[in-house]
Amino acid sequence: MIRGQPQTEPSPWMAAAVPAVSILGALLVGAAMLALAGVNPLVAYADLVTDPFGSVFGWTETIVKTSPLILTGLAVLLPARMKLWNIGAEGQLQLGAIGASWVALWTPLGHSPVAVPALLLAGMAAGALWCLIPAVLRAWLSVNETITTLLLNYVALLLVDYLIYGPWKDPASLGFPLSAPFPAAARLPLLVSGTRVHLGFLLALAAVAATMFVLTRTRWGFEIRVIGDNPHAARYAGISLGRNILLVMAVAGAMAGLAGACEASAIAGRLERGLSPGYGYTGIIVAWLARLSPLATVLVALLLGALFLGGDALQISLGLPSAVVFMLQGLIFFFVLGGERVVLSRFPAWRRPPVERGPAPAKS
Amino acid sequence: MDPPRVTVEMRGITKRFPGVVANDGVDFEVAAGEIHALLGENGAGKSTLMKILYGFYQPDAGEIRIHGTPRRFRSPRDALRRGIGMVFQQFMLVPSLSVTENVLLSLPVRTWRVDDGRTASEIAAQAARYGMAVDPSARVWQLSVGEQQRVEILKLLARGAEVLILDEPTSVLTPQETRDLFATLRHLAAEGRAVVMITHKLAEVASVATRVTVLRGGRRVGTGAAASLTPQQLARMMVGRDTFDHFRPDEATPGSEVLAVEDLWATSDRGLPALRGVSLSVRAGEIVGVAGVAGNGQRELGEIVAGLRRPTRGCVRIGSRNCTRASPLDVIRSGVGHIPEDRTGVGIAPHLGVADNLMLKSYRDSRFGRGPLLDRRAVVERARELIAEFDIQTPGPDAPARTLSGGNLQRLILAREISARPRLILAFHPTRGLDIGATEVIHRSLLVQRRAGAAILLISEDLDEVHLLSDRVAVMCAGELMGVVRAGEATVEEIGLMMGGARRGASEGAPTSVRSRAGPA
Repeated sequence: MIRGQPQTEPSPWMAAAVPAVSILGALLVGAAMLALAGVNPLVAYADLVTDPFGSVFGWTETIVKTSPLILTGLAVLLPARMKLWNIGAEGQLQLGAIGASWVALWTPLGHSPVAVPALLLAGMAAGALWCLIPAVLRAWLSVNETITTLLLNYVALLLVDYLIYGPWKDPASLGFPLSAPFPAAARLPLLVSGTRVHLGFLLALAAVAATMFVLTRTRWGFEIRVIGDNPHAARYAGISLGRNILLVMAVAGAMAGLAGACEASAIAGRLERGLSPGYGYTGIIVAWLARLSPLATVLVALLLGALFLGGDALQISLGLPSAVVFMLQGLIFFFVLGGERVVLSRFPAWRRPPVERGPAPAKS
Repeated sequence: MDPPRVTVEMRGITKRFPGVVANDGVDFEVAAGEIHALLGENGAGKSTLMKILYGFYQPDAGEIRIHGTPRRFRSPRDALRRGIGMVFQQFMLVPSLSVTENVLLSLPVRTWRVDDGRTASEIAAQAARYGMAVDPSARVWQLSVGEQQRVEILKLLARGAEVLILDEPTSVLTPQETRDLFATLRHLAAEGRAVVMITHKLAEVASVATRVTVLRGGRRVGTGAAASLTPQQLARMMVGRDTFDHFRPDEATPGSEVLAVEDLWATSDRGLPALRGVSLSVRAGEIVGVAGVAGNGQRELGEIVAGLRRPTRGCVRIGSRNCTRASPLDVIRSGVGHIPEDRTGVGIAPHLGVADNLMLKSYRDSRFGRGPLLDRRAVVERARELIAEFDIQTPGPDAPARTLSGGNLQRLILAREISARPRLILAFHPTRGLDIGATEVIHRSLLVQRRAGAAILLISEDLDEVHLLSDRVAVMCAGELMGVVRAGEATVEEIGLMMGGARRGASEGAPTSVRSRAGPA
């Protein structure tokens, strides 16, 4: 290999080894943190594994956490394929929950046999519309979508607060900020009775398949890939950037909104605070750890879902704060992305000669 | 600290990259006081050889001697310490800093206190001595490309370089700037410095070099005194066969008007006036060349016709359709093929495969899938046909486009644009940076399209190219058309004068379809 030349394509062996070693590194640093918190890291890690995967119940609960993570992961992944950074899956998820609650509680559809499809569609529409705000700003006014999507998360949370403290507050809730419970017809069907695994898991898998199909088998997916690789070439080829920004962001918002609708309808059964323990933000990690591959999203979402569940267990068994989960998430994210950088550039910057950084000028 | 005169000897240099041997046992030497041209086609291994000398690459075999002492350069810094410096095609300057600051930045010893005043006067003195006009206090972004190149040379001189390597230094220069550069190089050589100039232009060897070494396919073909070798001999050494005599296009039999540009006004990206009332027409079966020094409005004209820029005034018609405010897609659908100026930045999606890039525009065709679906198999099949037809050298249809060499990339773009059977072809700097073989392929394709009845708008800075291909030549200067002349009616020199702003009467050339607009409006 040429010294100082950034490797742009690591070998398949490296591609697998680097994330593995990085996660190991993250766990080591995490162990130090846990030790500082006065906990035996080995015990904690054992809990983290056995709780989500050690029993049938654990597995079902892991899948419950995995479903929204797949959807929020896709909501980040699809725009990222076009180099758009959707940091707003959390807010789009909340809007999805609002949309679903509106159908379930405030329309006659809530009691009808079509309540479930109607509330899912409403959730998707609400998420899509929410995501279209930054999309329109980006497409028409070139406003940076990273910031607008992020900030809209806080607005979305406040909107939920407004509704459950105000107009949608359940009079029977004894003053708690909760909406009324959804009618039975508006509860998402369970896949396995006696568990909390719901239809949302299948919908998430379907979304993965659909995303893969769109990206590889359709003209629209081709446009997304061209824009993501070189927007100048896309414009030159007559591909409309603005239209694609709107479309992609709307679909992303719809997927996050679907996650929110499912959480409200299947898990909580009402609109309330804490529907999401940060699924939207974790979706960013899911997308990047999956290297923007829809299929890998399923696996990464499963692991991070397990981490959520294991984190809950740590709170109960070891009395650790819930922040432990986010600390480990952050460490893994940091190490995996950092490891990638180190391997990609292979050598520290200071040893790189101050000359051109293009691909190796080996000409044929 | 007067460094001794440096003489470089490279013996048996071999360098392999994955899949290619870039240098295969190459011998090369440079003596003080000479301008040594390193001649060869793209991919002949010239740049690799010099990057080895500059310490950027390590050779797999062979040795480098400086003044008879074997040396190993682990980095450019090592090479600079021994008095060897290189100017790359892409400059390494900080645009927001001044010339002085850029020179200071390159010096090895940096102190916290920067004596700007003294250095500025030193730089000015150095520049004046070698006939390089450049203002030391100017910011680099304000400088022309030629001036930036001078800053690069000044940086090397400030570090005491005795061997100066320049990689295709004239590819970005105007004829005037080229003359100035050559004068500077002669001066440097006369002082006992050694100059190596990488080039693929035969004319430059004759006009400036004292010795020439020819590389082909990674091997040295020969070395000799520049004066003793004719351009024909050099060309044969470089290409390995006799070059085809370029065929003059047969007499044009232009058909109906395909492109009409009327009174076009536009501003540049910086908001300055770029086009000031340009009118032009191209008819079926003819090539209209637009000549001019870079930055005189050609780019804006090309972008407007391609639908990538909006004019402030005026009108563009393609066929019978008004395309003044058309989108790029509208223009494509009007039957326009576009070979863009920036091949890698605009013409391709570098990380997508060759097949994807060949379909960059035709992916909308119904033959590549029903409705919203894209039929991968049909795409790859069509790509294989085009790869074979246009002789694109690639490991396969899925190889990323960025792995192609410049000539192959241009074939890919040509294949894509021509295979759509356009009635108007916009060819912008179609052979810039390409070697003789690839240039020939492009030229021949354009002439074939012309014979088949396509209208071609050719924008190029290469006057010989414009002269060779065009039926009519339009010359631009400062956003205005200086005039339009029929091929053969004006010499290259006359066109060169017009590029410099001399006007030619509007009645000459092609009076009916082309008007030259003059003066303020």
